[in-house]
Amino acid sequence: MSAVRVYFHTIWLAVSTVAIGMKITFKHLFVPAVTVQYPDVKLKLPERARNRLYVNIDDCIGCDQCSMACPVDCIIIETIKSTPDQDLGTTSTGHKKRLHIPRFDIDIAKCCYCGLCVPPCPTECIVMTDVFEFSEFDRQNLIYNFSIMTPQDIEVAKEKLKKAEEEAAAKKAAAAAAAAAAKASAAAQPPPPAATTAPPPKPEVSTPGQDPQPGTSTAPSPESPEKP
Amino acid sequence: MDALQNLGLWGSILIAVILSALPIIFILLYALVTLYLEMKVAAHMQDRLAYMRTGWHGTLQPFADILKLLQKEDTISSEADKKLFILAPYIVFMGTYAGFAAIPFSSMYIGSNIDLGAFFIVAVSSLVVIGILMGGWASNNKWSIFGAMRSAAQMVSYEIPTALAILIAVMITGSLNLQDVTKFQEGGIQNWVVFGGTLPLAQKLLLIPFTVVTFLILFTASLAEVNRTPFDLPEAESELVQGFNTEYSGMRFAMFYLAEYANMFLVSAVAVSLFLGGWSSPFGSLMSGPIWGLFWFIAKGMVLVFLQIWIRWTLPRLRVDQLMYTSWKVLTPFLFVCIFGVGLILVL
Repeated sequence: MSAVRVYFHTIWLAVSTVAIGMKITFKHLFVPAVTVQYPDVKLKLPERARNRLYVNIDDCIGCDQCSMACPVDCIIIETIKSTPDQDLGTTSTGHKKRLHIPRFDIDIAKCCYCGLCVPPCPTECIVMTDVFEFSEFDRQNLIYNFSIMTPQDIEVAKEKLKKAEEEAAAKKAAAAAAAAAAKASAAAQPPPPAATTAPPPKPEVSTPGQDPQPGTSTAPSPESPEKP
Repeated sequence: MDALQNLGLWGSILIAVILSALPIIFILLYALVTLYLEMKVAAHMQDRLAYMRTGWHGTLQPFADILKLLQKEDTISSEADKKLFILAPYIVFMGTYAGFAAIPFSSMYIGSNIDLGAFFIVAVSSLVVIGILMGGWASNNKWSIFGAMRSAAQMVSYEIPTALAILIAVMITGSLNLQDVTKFQEGGIQNWVVFGGTLPLAQKLLLIPFTVVTFLILFTASLAEVNRTPFDLPEAESELVQGFNTEYSGMRFAMFYLAEYANMFLVSAVAVSLFLGGWSSPFGSLMSGPIWGLFWFIAKGMVLVFLQIWIRWTLPRLRVDQLMYTSWKVLTPFLFVCIFGVGLILVL
């Protein structure tokens, strides 16, 4: 007897649940679409969405920290030291620029959008934007060149550095020669030669050593109010 | 017919060809509309919008789809049985199209006014099974053969409830000719077979429960016959890739698709002719006539097609054993009871 009841109950369930389901789908026929017509309408991305990288090259001091932070090595930076007679200006954050940046390439095809390059930047010049539509037909087009230096600029900068280095080398050689001469003249007196030879190289090393240390260049901060 | 004889042999053949080509024009237009309707209904039921970029609300999308299918490479796998592979889609479409011959689109147009119309449709649409089996077998692909086997089992077992349901309508109307069946139901919505037909009131009221159940069963069985969800096991994408038409591409695939859509309308047309008054107006003599008849017939057919689409996007697929259970243990016994009941009422 119960088998008969189960049979009819199953049929009743089948019919009634189909009716319920059809009622639901019919109601949804008149529910406005929840989807967005993408290329025409775009959803706003979260404020901190990580997408295409952008480098404000005017603010870059060439410290290479972003490149070192990059886990996939997609940032390649080359720098040329500036000579003391060149003034490259300061960044908007007040850092003094001491390096030419002939090459600042980001291979966005390699980029994994981890955002690790952003926090180390001392001048906040490398940022992740909300642009995500940048597919290309040629992969080469995905290597973004952010440097604004022309080949001529690079030549000039290189030459200047070369000259300055040569001058410095000449100076060094002269100093060494002078030191050697002093040493030779002082050869007669035996006890103090070690003390006299040691000091001359020290100041020589310290002068070029100033350049690649952006962290220590917080001293020119009074310059920053002048800039804007 | 007298006019045809005056034209001579070739003239009458020409007229016959033109008249027999009319349904295919209808099928092509209808397939375009249904293709669009199906996707739009599907999308809106899921709170989406579907095509929006080809024309106004994607109205040109069916044309784009056809263009795409025309351009596609027509592949035949090297291990396939080429002759059968090529033949199969045409057999499927032929089986469906032959059924349209006995469908009365209007009081003025019926392809062939044969006395065994309903029987002819049931018989000739069985050809579809052969075509599907042929395609599945010739593809030499395990998914295809699985799909074809399922399709054959399903269609053969659902032929029985379909035939029994048609039999009940025939018992009430007393004719197998669908044109006569439709004429029997003329005079408004209350005369439709689903509401007891043009019989004395007492008989009508007694018949209504049986006819409504029969109509629902016919609709369910017809869903299974055209391999639509929830009975789309032969094409179960998630299990069988595409079932019997896995190996087909380009125009041959389009042929299967067209046959499926044509079949959807065919079964709806049979249900409309037998139960929903065919081309007769639901308002009696108001808005009746050959042209209105065509309109009513297509409108009623499209309502049932919409119902099929609606069900497709509501219900999940049945299991094979559930499918067979539904056919043999539910639909068929219920129809036997209905036949007995209807017979008893008609005799009394």
